[in-house]
Amino acid sequence: MSLAIPRRRSAKQRLAIPRPLQGWLLPIALVVAWELLSRLGLVAPNLLPAPTTVLQTILTMARSGELFRHVGITLYRVVLGFGIGTLVATVLGALTGYSRTAHAYLDPLLQALRNIPSIAWVPLFILWLGIYESSKVTLIAVGVFFPVYLNLMSGIQGVDRKLVEVGKIYRLSQLQLVRRVFLPATLPAYLVGLRNGLGLGWMFVVAAELMGASQGLGYLLIDGQTTGRPAVIIASIVLFALLGKLTDSGLSAISQRLLYWQDSYGARG
Amino acid sequence: MAFSSRTTSPATVQNPSLSQDVVVALRDINLHFGNGAQRVEALRSVNLDLVAEDFVCVLGSSGCGKTSLLRVLAGYQPPTAGAVYIDGKSHNAPNAAVGVVFQRPNLLPWLSIAANVGFGPKMQGEPDFKLRQRVAHYLDLVGLTDASQRLPHQLSGGMQQRAAIARTLAANPRVVLMDEPFGALDALTRESMQLHLHKIWQQTQKTIFFITHDVEEALILATRIVVMHSHPGRIVQQIPNPFRNVLNSMSVSDLRTMPEFIRLRQRLVSAIHSVEGG
Repeated sequence: MSLAIPRRRSAKQRLAIPRPLQGWLLPIALVVAWELLSRLGLVAPNLLPAPTTVLQTILTMARSGELFRHVGITLYRVVLGFGIGTLVATVLGALTGYSRTAHAYLDPLLQALRNIPSIAWVPLFILWLGIYESSKVTLIAVGVFFPVYLNLMSGIQGVDRKLVEVGKIYRLSQLQLVRRVFLPATLPAYLVGLRNGLGLGWMFVVAAELMGASQGLGYLLIDGQTTGRPAVIIASIVLFALLGKLTDSGLSAISQRLLYWQDSYGARG
Repeated sequence: MAFSSRTTSPATVQNPSLSQDVVVALRDINLHFGNGAQRVEALRSVNLDLVAEDFVCVLGSSGCGKTSLLRVLAGYQPPTAGAVYIDGKSHNAPNAAVGVVFQRPNLLPWLSIAANVGFGPKMQGEPDFKLRQRVAHYLDLVGLTDASQRLPHQLSGGMQQRAAIARTLAANPRVVLMDEPFGALDALTRESMQLHLHKIWQQTQKTIFFITHDVEEALILATRIVVMHSHPGRIVQQIPNPFRNVLNSMSVSDLRTMPEFIRLRQRLVSAIHSVEGG
């Protein structure tokens, strides 16, 4: 009996797939199945083109330079909107989290605004800011604002009172207290807010570009629809997925570096 | 007003047996919360002197006002009447003269053990080379030199509490207040922590004010034992500990079996629980 245990474990180890590759298994299987279904003519290619066709479409667009123009402008909108939304959210969230007075004055209004579906602002933004970049960037910024604001504010309010007292015992100045205690203690919640905000940023760039744009990945969606090219639609969906995942992984990597000190379940070896 | 009946100056020693230099003096401390029917008398006429190298253990059941007394002593809670003097100077707000160790270590989770220990002096702008020496000294004192670069959550509860003690001592306070610092630890860890603390106290010669409800802990650690009762919170007994320093020559388990130890322990247990005026 006692000998059987190590033997069983080694058999399991031989079959084991390395942890980082486990997440790839299902998507690869799906893509292969999809390719097979298309090749066998089981789905209509004018509705669902094969993955290789989609890849080819992407490569053709890349060769003509069209791809980088669309990706570039979309990325630019997301980055700018994310930056502006984050900046405003950080200032207001820090204020309402740290000061009870600011919270009493500002938070009710912001909470009320939060309940407006952000897409509902679109007509107003277009009316005010025109159909060009500013209305799109503003919409993205609004989408990014709320998760960042909310996480930062509740993060500051949730800082362990005992740790703040430790800071006071060692006679930290207000500035030291913010920098040495509040900032590191709030960081986990803030980074979660940033990741949520970035996700919403990608969501709202699609909304903004669907509603009127002459370039960008969202425009490609509409273009593919009106010209009857499903490969273009799927190509731009795939690109959205890739870009979204890439930027999120970047933020996630930054989070993990900054939060090395956390004793969390997810960080176990 | 609280001193109206006294002719001596506040910092003057009243008890002739404590004629060494008084570090901390509590004078006629009264503390009330609320008004009218809700009025709670947390402390009534508490007088207490702590001399250098004193290790005073305050014993009492929960709610007897021992933590209130610590909060007044630390300067967190201004008394309704009376005053606290440290080295003859009136003490009414938290400052560097008083260090506090709580039941929880409250280490900053994002700092290494070494950075936690040096936190106070660093914030006061101590130069790096001096800070390093100081941190190394106090880490050594509590036996955490090997853990200096680790994070708080990587340490056991006892080690974390030792780091908290080192952090408090590193700020070089005149008096260290401890509020049931080993209350959250398991029995075995608690015992080893008591021995650790005893050694630390002998090496640093700090004045320590230690709150506990564990009679044995008081008998192992204290030079003097103070018993408090509730409603109103007040001191009902003060005795010198006959077993002070006995740990240098015998083990805790031997001490526990001494008939005198058992008798005094029994007496203190009943003193804690005796009815009003007992």
